[in-house]
Amino acid sequence: MPLRPSSMYSLVRMPSRAIYRRVVVSQQLTSFTYERTYRTTAFRRNLSEDESAMLQEPREEDEADVVIVGGGPAGLAAAIRLKQLELERGKQVRVVLLEKASDMGNHTLSGAVIEPKALKELLPDWLEDPPTTLTPVKSNKMRFLTEKYSIPLPEPPQMHNSGNYIVSLSEVVKWLAAKAEELGVEVYPGFSVNELLFDQSGAVAGIATNDMGISRAGAPKDNFQRGMEFRAKVTLLAEGCHGSLTKGVIKKYDLRRGKDVQTYGIGLKEVWEVPEENWREGEVLHTMGWPLTSKVYGGGFMYHFGERLVSVGLVVGLDYANPWISPFREFQRMKHHPIYSNVLKNGTCVSYGARALNEGGLQSVPKLIFPGGALIGCSAGFVNVPKIKGTHTAMKSGMLAAESAYNAITSDTTNESAIALYDYEDNFKKSWIFEELNEVRNVRPSFHNPLGMYGGILYSGLDTLLLKGRVPWTFHHKASDAASTQPADKFKPIDYPKPDGKLSFDLLTSVARTGTMHNEDEPVHLQVKDWDAHTTSSYPKYQGVESRFCPAGVYEYIPDETKKEGVRFQINSQNCIHCKTCDIKVPAQDINWVCPEGGDGPKYMLT
Amino acid sequence: MPLRLNIVVPVKRVIDFAIKPRINASKNAIETNGVKFSLNPFCEIAVEEAVRLRESSKDLVESITLVSAGSAKAQDTLRAGLALGADKATLIEIPAIDDSKSLELEPLAVAKLLRAFVKKSNANLVIMGKQAIDDDSNQTGQMLAGLLNWSQATNASKVTVDEASGVVTVSREVDGGTETLSAPLPLVITTDLRLNTPRYTKLQDIMKAKKKKTEKVSPESLGVDISSRLEILSLSEPPKRTGGGKVDSVDALIGKLKETGAI
Repeated sequence: MPLRPSSMYSLVRMPSRAIYRRVVVSQQLTSFTYERTYRTTAFRRNLSEDESAMLQEPREEDEADVVIVGGGPAGLAAAIRLKQLELERGKQVRVVLLEKASDMGNHTLSGAVIEPKALKELLPDWLEDPPTTLTPVKSNKMRFLTEKYSIPLPEPPQMHNSGNYIVSLSEVVKWLAAKAEELGVEVYPGFSVNELLFDQSGAVAGIATNDMGISRAGAPKDNFQRGMEFRAKVTLLAEGCHGSLTKGVIKKYDLRRGKDVQTYGIGLKEVWEVPEENWREGEVLHTMGWPLTSKVYGGGFMYHFGERLVSVGLVVGLDYANPWISPFREFQRMKHHPIYSNVLKNGTCVSYGARALNEGGLQSVPKLIFPGGALIGCSAGFVNVPKIKGTHTAMKSGMLAAESAYNAITSDTTNESAIALYDYEDNFKKSWIFEELNEVRNVRPSFHNPLGMYGGILYSGLDTLLLKGRVPWTFHHKASDAASTQPADKFKPIDYPKPDGKLSFDLLTSVARTGTMHNEDEPVHLQVKDWDAHTTSSYPKYQGVESRFCPAGVYEYIPDETKKEGVRFQINSQNCIHCKTCDIKVPAQDINWVCPEGGDGPKYMLT
Repeated sequence: MPLRLNIVVPVKRVIDFAIKPRINASKNAIETNGVKFSLNPFCEIAVEEAVRLRESSKDLVESITLVSAGSAKAQDTLRAGLALGADKATLIEIPAIDDSKSLELEPLAVAKLLRAFVKKSNANLVIMGKQAIDDDSNQTGQMLAGLLNWSQATNASKVTVDEASGVVTVSREVDGGTETLSAPLPLVITTDLRLNTPRYTKLQDIMKAKKKKTEKVSPESLGVDISSRLEILSLSEPPKRTGGGKVDSVDALIGKLKETGAI
């Protein structure tokens, strides 16, 4: 009988040296069968008839007016808005919100300095009962770093932060979730969704939650629990950056036609408790330059908030070409620069995490609606890159979608066909989200030029200070992040310094701080069709790029003389912190990230 | 008279097992700000066992009542237990001593509270976790049995109820192997890890649990003094592990061991 891990306290799967589990090099398949549901529970060929029957058991069904997949700022803002409209106008709507994290806010990670614009619109008296750890921004610094020095830089106007707040977005999400529940939203953390339901016309008709209790080989275990279906008139996908359902929906309904590919960055951060003398409440610092070279987009940040807490992190654009780059190790060495170490020294690191974020801007926003639902928040991608803010636009998009959905659901029409939220798309184009993103649309793409960062800074300076996007041209993202990766033999391996255990840390210590946990006996949720074939196609060319871009040590190439390339590909799915970087950056795009069982993944604190 | 079990399952809200605990800035308690809390894993096993007893034989179990002593936040934990299949829940609300901290209860105080509650609810079987993962005391179950003057079968890894005779047989894992005890009701059982694997909560059950009753009582109404008898002077992390050394012969090993005073 399968057991919980024998030690409740040992969770981080130690790559290589630890006790070997019997790793099933499995053929996990994802079949996006567009006629039916997305079947992502892998079937091994030798399942018994009984087992197959169990996996196909009909599910219990329930109905809701609106189902929201994802409980971040966008999803919660949409839920709250729907219930506010119910109070205003009287017609009831059942709103069900599903979140894969074990608790609201556990998978939320962001800098974060938020602009309260959307928050004020949604909850005008939010300051009367504010979230915990809300620190008004007091000072703003921008610096260009070389290995030892820091040079002050003028700030673009977008980065002025007066009226903004430094927060732990995880805490804000908890606070929003409490508000949503008060208003009557059914909030269910601990349930992940990999499957959309479709009706005969091919429109989205709802969702099905994941089956729980499936073994690594794909067979039902003793505690197997079939998922549940929710039929919904409107399904809002609020999965955050590069959502897994979103990926499928964009493909199925061709939502990217005429739009640029989405480009991304990876944001890694830590939260530190620092000594009183190093802490300056409300200080916001952004840095560019070292340790990133001129060819890599990105920058560091450090925010002083809460009670002697500091959020420190690094964002690295995932369009980097050099496969030897390790964003994690860049982040760790960045902290040794005096401008950071002077704050962090003698402090304690309490939390670590990472998440991909959108950098594509307006050009990469796909068509937002599909029959039966819509994309909101970072699933669509509304981050204002020069401002480095996306929470306000995400929330506003949730609110706009909610208004459109409420009107559609409560209208008196007898039309039986699936709801199309045309209002939402139209209102988005008329909203301040569009205006903001339009103004800065050329900033990020201006970095795709031969001068790299310097060309980008020059153009961006011009655009943000003078032109403000009022130009007839729009730069485009020519290639996806995955395609921008170049072979390893074009570059030299980077010699990163060893972590010192006080300011910088090794990967596994950091992963332990995320509280991430996946059952040992669970299907590997990072789906690669054939691990050996992947090694053959990827390792000689990129020399293990996956092991470097993953901020959690999920991917490893272990020396193995019995294999053709001398290494064996291994996926330590238990370490995964759900950042989605692998799905974005793997050059051959042969890693498919799907949601593991509900409740799995990190348990972020104060991020 | 057919055997009817009236089960009380005490549960505790603890820091989630996946979180790395930290000592707070004032060095007198574990940091709880922003940290995720959950139902204690051993308590979850206890709830699961009670539900399985109900499923094993119709009408055997009359009711499963959860009880928890803690701050108002423990309601979430009780709801999680209700979603697993318990019938009703009671919160013994412990007042907060400051904004975020509520009084830390000691095992004896908890046992006294539970004794009062168990007597009030006419229970004949208490199934509880063997220990909480935050203090690892492994005392409350035993103290409760002593205070109630009931039999106790602790660290259970298998529980069988004989309906005809009303005798409960419990296997427990001990250092030397497995020990089997049998005892008549009333009985206190504390659960060990291998007793069962708790089921996943179904979404439908979570929805139903919202409608189940949760009562609140105060320690005073149970007539128990919960003040601490112990005072925590300070908390510190264990010294960081330093590297080991290698030796190249048995004699050198013995020499090293003598040096460190191990032999």
